Amino acid sequence: MKTKILELLEQNSRYSAADIALMLGLEEQEVVDSIKEMEKDKIICGYKTLINWDKVEHREVVTALIEVKVTPQRGEGFDKIAERIYRFSEVKAVYLMSGGFDLTVIIEGKTMKEVALFVGQKLAPLDAVLSTGTHFVLNKYKDHGVIFEEIKKDERMIVSP
Amino acid sequence: MRIEDMIAKKVAQMPPSGIRKFFDVANEIGDVISLGVGEPDFDTPWHVREEGIYSLEKGKTVYSANAGLLELRQEICRYMQRRFDLIYSPTKQCLVTVGGSEGIDLAIRTLIETGEEVLIPEPSFVSYKPCAVLAGGVPVPIPTREEDDFKLTAHELEKAITPKTKILILPFPNNPTGAIMEREDLEAIAKVLRDKNIIVISDEIYAELTYGGEHVSIAHIEGMYERTVILSGFSKAYSMTGWRLGYAVGPAPIISMMIKVHQFAIMCAPTTSQYAGIEAMRSGDEDVRKMREAYDQRRRVMLDGFRSMGLSCFEPKGAFYVFPCIKRMGMTSEEFCEKLLMDQRVVVVPGTAFGESGEGFVRASYAYSIEVIKEALARIEVFVKKHLK
Repeated sequence: MKTKILELLEQNSRYSAADIALMLGLEEQEVVDSIKEMEKDKIICGYKTLINWDKVEHREVVTALIEVKVTPQRGEGFDKIAERIYRFSEVKAVYLMSGGFDLTVIIEGKTMKEVALFVGQKLAPLDAVLSTGTHFVLNKYKDHGVIFEEIKKDERMIVSP
Repeated sequence: MRIEDMIAKKVAQMPPSGIRKFFDVANEIGDVISLGVGEPDFDTPWHVREEGIYSLEKGKTVYSANAGLLELRQEICRYMQRRFDLIYSPTKQCLVTVGGSEGIDLAIRTLIETGEEVLIPEPSFVSYKPCAVLAGGVPVPIPTREEDDFKLTAHELEKAITPKTKILILPFPNNPTGAIMEREDLEAIAKVLRDKNIIVISDEIYAELTYGGEHVSIAHIEGMYERTVILSGFSKAYSMTGWRLGYAVGPAPIISMMIKVHQFAIMCAPTTSQYAGIEAMRSGDEDVRKMREAYDQRRRVMLDGFRSMGLSCFEPKGAFYVFPCIKRMGMTSEEFCEKLLMDQRVVVVPGTAFGESGEGFVRASYAYSIEVIKEALARIEVFVKKHLK
């Protein structure tokens, strides 16, 4: 049941408990309780809105993906250094990676300069950081499973057998 | 010469589709919310479309074998075994058709002699009757009733059988009622048919859209495999309506004759669609599961919507339609649909478009997003509250 509730919320976090209960054939109270419990357990970590900032005037956002190589710390592995990085509010996501580098750090800033300053002054100087490779995002076509520019028109006939 | 007189009588006399009439009206009004379609709202899964595109890129644009690409027939037969525990030979018992619709026409034409009777449970899909007439057969409707959950009962079947009966159409899961036939219902039907010379054409196009249980084919009931032709297709399960791809499986002597008619009338199903179909059957089970789950959620919203307006509504267990009863409104089905359209700009289809026994009911499709369904229900509620007696 929890999985089904989560799948619906992942599609549309604005579904009310009543909507979800109806769609899944559950009691509303059951859904309310279940969501509360999952919020408490940090299974549900938040509710956000997916925004295409490129379409908002006077609100420039620059996104960069940074490949970071680090030295893992004795006894703490990558966790400690990851924390030192994700505590910065500019950092939107941090993933531990397999392969040629260790951490993917996704950063948002108002300008390229701001991002460059962050990398040069905050990220790179950290003791554990060996190297960084910064890639700026030029355009977002699809994010969190949503295609940004797609305009969906119902092409079907109004009535068909 | 009067050109109209040149038209074959059985075509000229065929009543136009009730749906068509309604479509013209709805189309003129424009800016409507429609719950009127009989096709999925999902796009064909991208990996399936991609295979179609790839086949075009490679120039696979020639005719296929009349019966369809062998590779596709093999996948269809594997699918029938995997999903419904039915074993068919890809070379002798399987034919790829241009949608489920061609299968209906082919099967009836292959079996019917002039004057033989075709039993058609109603309300049901609009094509059976005209196809029977065109083949020189006599359609015999068997009304199904809400109190029987719109199932075909052994009793009603028995009453309808005459020495001239050749075919029983078994359209379940049913469009428009959403009714399904469960194993024990089919056992009862099989009991009536086992000692008779009647072939069952089981239209199982909505088999994958069965909720709260698994679809059972009548071919799986003892003694029925050898007298059943199953018609199905890709339109509903894989959201592939425009690709026009379906199939028929059944006894080799019937399928081989259907292939003969198909080869002269159609040649073969579109090759591009067949390549896409192979991919759908190979790796589409998860897509089907997801779509079924989404339909099931919408089904609950629709059912609850109509019931909370005070209309009685049978709980559909298959397809993507609800079939609420509007008898309390003091209007015919057609009046209801027309007034609803004019008043609230919502399109539902009169039950009578699917046979006379559909009077008193309307078909509302839930092949729409939850948002559209909620908006449509809200408008219908305003209308119903105004007129409910």
